[in-house]
Amino acid sequence: MIPELGHFFLVSAFAVALLQGVLPLWGASSGNAQLMAMGKTTAMTQLILIALAFACLVNAFLVNDFTVAYVATNSNSYLPDWFKISAVWGGHEGSLLLWALILAGWGAAVAIMGKHLPEELLARVLAVMGLLGVGFISFILFTSNPFLRLLPDFPLDGNDLNPLLQDIGLIIHPPMLYMGYVGFSVPFAFVIAGLIGGQLDSVWARWSRPWATVAWCFLTLGIALGSWWAYYELGWGGWWFWDPVENASLMPWLAGTALLHSLAVTDKRAGIKIWTALLAILTFSLSLLGTFLVRSGVLTSVHAFATDPERGAFILAFLVIVVGGSLLLFALRAHRLKSTIEYNLVSRESWLVFQNVIMSIAVVVVLLGTLYPLLSEAFGAGKLSVGPPYFNLLFQPLAYLALFLMALAPYIQWRRYQFVSAHRSLFLLAFISVILGVIVPWFYFGYVTWQVVLAFSLSLWVFLSTVKNLLGKVNFDRLGNGNGKPEILLSRSYLAMILAHIGFAVSITGIAFTSEYSIEKDVRMYPGDTLNAGAYQFEFKGVHTASESNYRAIVGTIEVTQNGKLITQLRPEKRTYRVQQSSMTEAAIDAGFFRDLYVALGDSLGDGSWAVRVYYKPFVRWIWMGTIFMSLGGALVLADRRYRKLRSKSVMVEARNQQFNVKRVG
Amino acid sequence: MNRTFFIYLAPFILFIALAGVLFFALGKDPKLLPSAKLGKPFPDFQLPGLHQPEKTLSKTELVGEVVLINIWATWCVSCLVEHPVLSKLARSGVIIYGLNYKDVRSAAIVFLENHGNPYREVFFDANGSLGLDLGVYGAPETYFLDREGQIRYRHIGVITTDIWQNKLKSIYQGLIQENQE
Amino acid sequence: MLKQLSTCITFLFVVLWCAQNAYAGIDIYQFDNAEEEKQFRNLVEELRCPKCQNQNLADSNAGLAKDLKDRTYQLVKEGKSNKEIKAYLVERYGDFIIYRPPFRFSTALLWLGPLLVFLLVFGILIRKRLQTADIQTGEMSTKERERLSNLLENQDSNET
Repeated sequence: MIPELGHFFLVSAFAVALLQGVLPLWGASSGNAQLMAMGKTTAMTQLILIALAFACLVNAFLVNDFTVAYVATNSNSYLPDWFKISAVWGGHEGSLLLWALILAGWGAAVAIMGKHLPEELLARVLAVMGLLGVGFISFILFTSNPFLRLLPDFPLDGNDLNPLLQDIGLIIHPPMLYMGYVGFSVPFAFVIAGLIGGQLDSVWARWSRPWATVAWCFLTLGIALGSWWAYYELGWGGWWFWDPVENASLMPWLAGTALLHSLAVTDKRAGIKIWTALLAILTFSLSLLGTFLVRSGVLTSVHAFATDPERGAFILAFLVIVVGGSLLLFALRAHRLKSTIEYNLVSRESWLVFQNVIMSIAVVVVLLGTLYPLLSEAFGAGKLSVGPPYFNLLFQPLAYLALFLMALAPYIQWRRYQFVSAHRSLFLLAFISVILGVIVPWFYFGYVTWQVVLAFSLSLWVFLSTVKNLLGKVNFDRLGNGNGKPEILLSRSYLAMILAHIGFAVSITGIAFTSEYSIEKDVRMYPGDTLNAGAYQFEFKGVHTASESNYRAIVGTIEVTQNGKLITQLRPEKRTYRVQQSSMTEAAIDAGFFRDLYVALGDSLGDGSWAVRVYYKPFVRWIWMGTIFMSLGGALVLADRRYRKLRSKSVMVEARNQQFNVKRVG
Repeated sequence: MNRTFFIYLAPFILFIALAGVLFFALGKDPKLLPSAKLGKPFPDFQLPGLHQPEKTLSKTELVGEVVLINIWATWCVSCLVEHPVLSKLARSGVIIYGLNYKDVRSAAIVFLENHGNPYREVFFDANGSLGLDLGVYGAPETYFLDREGQIRYRHIGVITTDIWQNKLKSIYQGLIQENQE
Repeated sequence: MLKQLSTCITFLFVVLWCAQNAYAGIDIYQFDNAEEEKQFRNLVEELRCPKCQNQNLADSNAGLAKDLKDRTYQLVKEGKSNKEIKAYLVERYGDFIIYRPPFRFSTALLWLGPLLVFLLVFGILIRKRLQTADIQTGEMSTKERERLSNLLENQDSNET
């Protein structure tokens, strides 16, 4: 009964989304306030309906309703409750329902928090989001319905959730990721609404920034979570493989980072409006493209959902309509967005533009590399593979350039760079960074390579120059009003920039060190054998067996010592899950600020010895630590006082006046 | 319509081109690998026969006629599906050699006893070394060799009657008719 | 309808079952020195498993991956260079088996494309900026100019 109810709610949500997509648009173009207000009501209703549908699906999992096909394939009565809930989005159909739920959520959020927006703009934005909802819900209803029943032949128990997914990572990673992907639909909707209405002034940029920032924060965390999850779950110590699905999440992130920076120029200086508008369209388009790549089966990936060309065709059609339509609209209306500001070659505007260029090239690299196998085949040049060697090689110069920009960024002002004495100390800091960049890794690891030196020196330079700038602002009494008290003239957005840039430098340092200095050894060990890796000794103590509700395990014990001192005892496992009869390696990790020690147990080699894999991974945690700083930076921006000002009357009046002006002109 | 408009139209054009490529890619199986050995001679090898392990077989067996080399094993479920079709082809005169790929000899012999033996000769490739030299990546696969022992075509997957009639037969006939004079 | 469903479910089951291959296959190889080990490790990370769902030989525990690793190990012990070993495998499995696409005419766009786009965009930007006249500040005393620039810097530089 409840799955049918869920289905019913979904169909209703489809109808409401349709209304949401059409009525406010109509109202906006005809000036009908009542119709425009429908946008808010329909957005809220859509959220409630989809939430109810989602709740029905969750319920089906929790009560073990295996007559529902989706539940039968992804769940099992032995599964602990919290995994049953997260199994809801463990497969294709459920994850799409989650997408639709989050989309409706963002729409409702815009409806609530956008109350002070000009009526027409809000109506159009909600309409665009409604139309997106129509697309997704119809995709679910027509090709990927999670509520389909298996009657009359239904299994007594389910297939069980893939053991790889029975992990906390599954609970958090997809929702975070989707919050990010879907979140970029808001700046997208703003641009489309603006282009439809024929007005896209810099106020649009100010409205969009908080939304883009929140989405970006979630996406940053979502991607970082995915990387961390893969690292400890998959058993081979890798944290990024440039797999098509991973790339599908990285592209919107790169574009989103560019968007954040270009929105700054458009907001503060009314510049590069056309490029920012295009970028807002492209960022969300990349989210949609990612959805296509992951679910259509055109690319091979370990992460791909069950693939189906029929579904792929549907998504492609959706993509063509949404992205093609937006880009066409852009082509027709963009000329109204001309910016007229001027700025010098070395200025904050330029710097942000350069940043955009770097991010855009990064997107091109990832897109080209991911799709090239398809292109090559399509043009008859044979089948080839593009993997980590390509991406790593091309990303390095981009990362170095980005770091270079970041180091100078805090010192460069709007419109033109004024040569304050800062530039002399910047040279000094650069010099110090290079010296330390060589000495520190040499001392710590025993040798250096030019990549390590370059990456670490630049990261260090960013850190030093940023901190120096910060200290300079704290101590310096700028206004010269002579009362002797140091004024702290720091806005939260400035601190956010500091945090985010340092976060990036931290991540790059982690990547550089772990890529060069990791030690991996696969050896045969008898109980009592000791292995050396780096400064550590790993002694294999033997194995014993263990049993849990849904799996049996063979547990190994490895004692780790350094200079005779015991560091830790690691217990890697080999689990056999009862239902699917599949095996899984659970690596044992001793996490540390400066290094991870990582052990995995392989097969028994027959004569009492075991295959054991040992990893020493220096600074690997820095990679994710950096991303946390970056997200915190994003969150800090939102707390900036300026965004609270948005609710004040003066800004509202300003926006209405602008809208009024444009209407008069035509 | 001036030059700027066309610059603004560029993203749209590029996207439509991309959509075209993606459409083309839909429905194509990304796991299907074309053979790197087309047009190249069949690799040299020295393998024991399945039924007569003391006998060493090599490439000379294959040269001189148009032959099919079928990669099969008892652990390959689809091979059983394909087997009757191969038997029928063998009866109609198609020369098929078998490459027993990473299998257990006794199981393979029993398999052929139970389901018939369409192969003129079966090579026993216990560790897959010939398979590796051929670029085999799964079973079943079937290689088409011409009279000179060159690999001319590779079929991945099961050969059904339909597939033979619609696609493979003409390839086979073409090879037969080559250098007929 | 039911048949469609059951094939769908079987397919899903197979896919999920196959995903179990995504766990580390730990294979033991002996090396005489560190260079050999490093060479092997680098190769095995750059070579793709032909039948897996996008995994390199190092991470895959498929039977074919093990065979290819064994063969690679043999070739490394024979003293063959990276180039020779890659060529050996490409001869048998095609370009698909290496993750670093070879540089030839058909991959020129891949390898050079980003660089060309970068140079193009950068060039246009620099040219545009250089064409724009330097921002003038008009007639002001040096002290006033300094004060003005301090004010501007103070107001603007705190915010991004």
